[in-house]
Amino acid sequence: MITLPEIKKSFFVSLWFMFLTFPIMVVRVNPIEKAVEWRWKNLLLVGVGSFLLSFVWRYLFKRKEAGKKKEEAGYDSGAKSFFHIILAEPKIYKPFLIGIAFFALAFPFIFSIYQTNIMTTALIYVMLGLGLNIVVGLAGLLDLGYVAFYAVGAYSYALLNYHFGLSFWLALPIGAALGAFFGILLGFPVLRLRGDYLAIVTLGFGEIIRIILENWNEFSFGPSGIANIPRPGFLGIEFSLQGATTFMYFLMIVLTLFTVFVVNRLQNSRIGRAWIALREDEIACQAMGIDKTKTKLTAFALGATWAGMVGVVFAAKTTFINPASFTVWESIIILCIVVLGGMGSVIGVVFGALILILLPEYLRAFSEYRMLIFGAVLIIMMVFRPGGVISSVRRTYRFEGLTGKRDKTGI
Amino acid sequence: MKTILEVKNLTMNFGGLCALDRIDLDISEREIVALIGPNGAGKTTFFNCITGIFPPTEGEMFISPPGKQRKSIKGLKPNQVTENGLARTFQNIRLFQNMTVLENVMIGRHCRMSSGIAGAVLRNRATVEEEEAVVEESYIILQKIGLSEYVNEFAKNLPYGAQRRLEIARALATEPFLLLLDEPAAGMNLRETKELDELIVRIRDSEGVSILLIEHDMKLVMSLSDRIFVVDYGKKIAQGKPEEIQKNPVVIKAYLGEDFDA
Amino acid sequence: MEYFVELFLGGLTRGSIYALIALGYTMVYGIIQLINFAHGEIYMIGAFTALIISSVLSLLGLNTIAIFVIASFVAVIYSSAYGFTVEKIAYKPLRHAPRLSALISAIGMSMFLYNYVLLAQTSDFLPFPNNIPEFKFMEPYSHIFSSTELVILTTTTVVMILLGLLIKCTRIGKAMRATAQDRDMAMLVGIDVNRVISVTFVVGSATAALGGVLIASHIGQINYFIGFIAGIKAFVAAVLGGIGSVPGAVLGSFVLGWTESFATGYVSSDYEDVFAFIFLVLILIFRPAGILGRSTAEKV
Repeated sequence: MITLPEIKKSFFVSLWFMFLTFPIMVVRVNPIEKAVEWRWKNLLLVGVGSFLLSFVWRYLFKRKEAGKKKEEAGYDSGAKSFFHIILAEPKIYKPFLIGIAFFALAFPFIFSIYQTNIMTTALIYVMLGLGLNIVVGLAGLLDLGYVAFYAVGAYSYALLNYHFGLSFWLALPIGAALGAFFGILLGFPVLRLRGDYLAIVTLGFGEIIRIILENWNEFSFGPSGIANIPRPGFLGIEFSLQGATTFMYFLMIVLTLFTVFVVNRLQNSRIGRAWIALREDEIACQAMGIDKTKTKLTAFALGATWAGMVGVVFAAKTTFINPASFTVWESIIILCIVVLGGMGSVIGVVFGALILILLPEYLRAFSEYRMLIFGAVLIIMMVFRPGGVISSVRRTYRFEGLTGKRDKTGI
Repeated sequence: MKTILEVKNLTMNFGGLCALDRIDLDISEREIVALIGPNGAGKTTFFNCITGIFPPTEGEMFISPPGKQRKSIKGLKPNQVTENGLARTFQNIRLFQNMTVLENVMIGRHCRMSSGIAGAVLRNRATVEEEEAVVEESYIILQKIGLSEYVNEFAKNLPYGAQRRLEIARALATEPFLLLLDEPAAGMNLRETKELDELIVRIRDSEGVSILLIEHDMKLVMSLSDRIFVVDYGKKIAQGKPEEIQKNPVVIKAYLGEDFDA
Repeated sequence: MEYFVELFLGGLTRGSIYALIALGYTMVYGIIQLINFAHGEIYMIGAFTALIISSVLSLLGLNTIAIFVIASFVAVIYSSAYGFTVEKIAYKPLRHAPRLSALISAIGMSMFLYNYVLLAQTSDFLPFPNNIPEFKFMEPYSHIFSSTELVILTTTTVVMILLGLLIKCTRIGKAMRATAQDRDMAMLVGIDVNRVISVTFVVGSATAALGGVLIASHIGQINYFIGFIAGIKAFVAAVLGGIGSVPGAVLGSFVLGWTESFATGYVSSDYEDVFAFIFLVLILIFRPAGILGRSTAEKV
């Protein structure tokens, strides 16, 4: 239970945080009117908050340490979480999946356009998360400029449509191809770099693209962006606003399912194995005959392809784009989705995206603090649950016995 | 006997330090050769140079794989060296710890497989068959190395000796004609070392590969090797049959203080 | 010619500020091999604290020099405290985790601090009072080199010298160098590694805070966003010089400062921030170890 020394410790922690946050939380100056506002209430808030949180922090720490010891002692701490139990039992997850499928199909007919729109946005993030998951989760490459490829896709549809009247359906593969092209273009020189340099170079690249879009008016129309981008049509049908929204939603459902399918297959393939091995040990990987650069480049380019494709969808959905949609924070939100869900875990990323995008939409009071909380989520996840909420239970290759078709294929 | 690896005049400088100084070495078909020397003599550096991890400062390296043309491997990347039939293990075990034993060996098969992204997504017949074949081939390799009982375990959960053997299995999966083993017996007990001795001979006999090993266990080296090369301070100081090396005064001097009457 | 001199001196000032921030990156990287993404935010918090303290003090009617000195002092204390706390919360628990985890945690911390200031203060630009006096003897040159710039340059020089002495001559400096070489070995010979890491964060944050106060006085305004760009640029400077190397960070900062100054002066100012990034990409591709860094091969 809570002991006296612990209370003392928490008391000092809270004193420290009250000191630390004093100038920023309590004092607010207005240098123009030379007025100072004192917000003593905040000090109390910080004090009480940090006092309580320090208990939670210590409790989580103890739990983590206990888990580690268990693992060292040989227990399989693959801690069967709630999700894993569901996922492991077809009897439970099958009806569950069918339920979700029905809900997803009925969604636009039950809820308003507004809700459907939000859901479509969330699905866009699911796809972005799954794309980035290939790069970060599977291949272990920290890409902080992911949003640049998203921008490439969005602008390629907007500009091709503006200048040449290209339709959405033509722009979709072109956007994906351009994403891949830029992915390879950037990846080729930078993938030789060590992990942390890669992070900062990709971040730089993302910013370069954004700054160019903002300043090169003749090309991208600058900060004012491009408006009146047509929504996708389908077999020549003209949709009403409601129809278009519903269509967009179903389109996203199809694309998301397609993404899940592709990522799953990639994960359980020769190339997916190579990615995971590369994340584990680069040198051993090369010594086993895996071309490091080529394998990394494949992951990077595939991630970029997805971003490019989703970019086209995004432009079509919002009908208006400008550089402000493609800041580095956007990249970090996507990273947050991957991290929260569990790096490398497809289902985790899907849940991560839905939680991170839908929660702030529905809890309006909380949306102001969205980015603050995202930051905290990244730290807390890394410290206490680096595997994510639904950590990747990778389907490992298992040997089930010889089929007898082959006796020896000569090694 | 056909020579399968020739190293001529291999020199490696790190800044001002000369880690390898004009080393010559050759290995014939189905030969077990040991590379010995005191700690820091440059043995692992030699491996790293051959396998393309460090580009050597000077010197030539040629391979003549069975049934193929003689070619230089200087300047090749590590993965290309492996593709050409040289596979290695590491002194400090470098397994893919969070992958299963089977998957570790499957990674070794990677460079002998061909399916790409399209195959992975479409999962056409060729890909499925290739995957099935790889699982079986990998299992067969594990059987040979005596690790089949661990096939579905994670590499990190294996006992130490088994991890060392898994490194060998993984290297074998790349279909090498020359296997480079960096201190395969390090940390093994007497029984494990003896098993390793037998395993290495068995690999040579059944797979027809040559073996170059770095080892400190003199008993193992003497019983196993056909020829021995001795390096000290980056220079080759002796080469010959085990019994010649044992009597060589230069070698004894280099090893002075170390137990050498095995 | 005068334009050239002006740009040269402008670059020198920029470089000094980058150097003050880059030191924190390079020292932390040298010791725990982590890019401390939150470092730019520490710098921003330093500037904000100074602004708040000077505003409060100016209401009390102190004279400007006293305000400047006290505000800088408090800013340094606070930034150090933040640096210390950030390390304890976000990095210390991840000491033995994969590098990717620590890096993500650092990004999270950066985002957290940035939004914390945004929410607790304001998103507007705030005017920052310049309390640095105009020196009489600088008057003839004031059109190309202001008194503020002189103070920036002098402070940076003094800080560099003190830091050099700290690392070279003191016990803790020796411990820092030992820890940077080999953390486990340092621990074995009885160095309190946790303390060394804390001190490194504190020192790095303190110099960043000084940088924050000086640049804010020079430019005359701040907002919550200044940490991001300054942080990135200082990082570029650190990498340019060879990350982990203290003299390298200083050299890299001046090179970057001049490049930016001349490029914006002679080419275009729209793309001011792009130059740093392009520079970064080029260096990392062609000379990843930086100007003064040594390339280290991973032990196999």
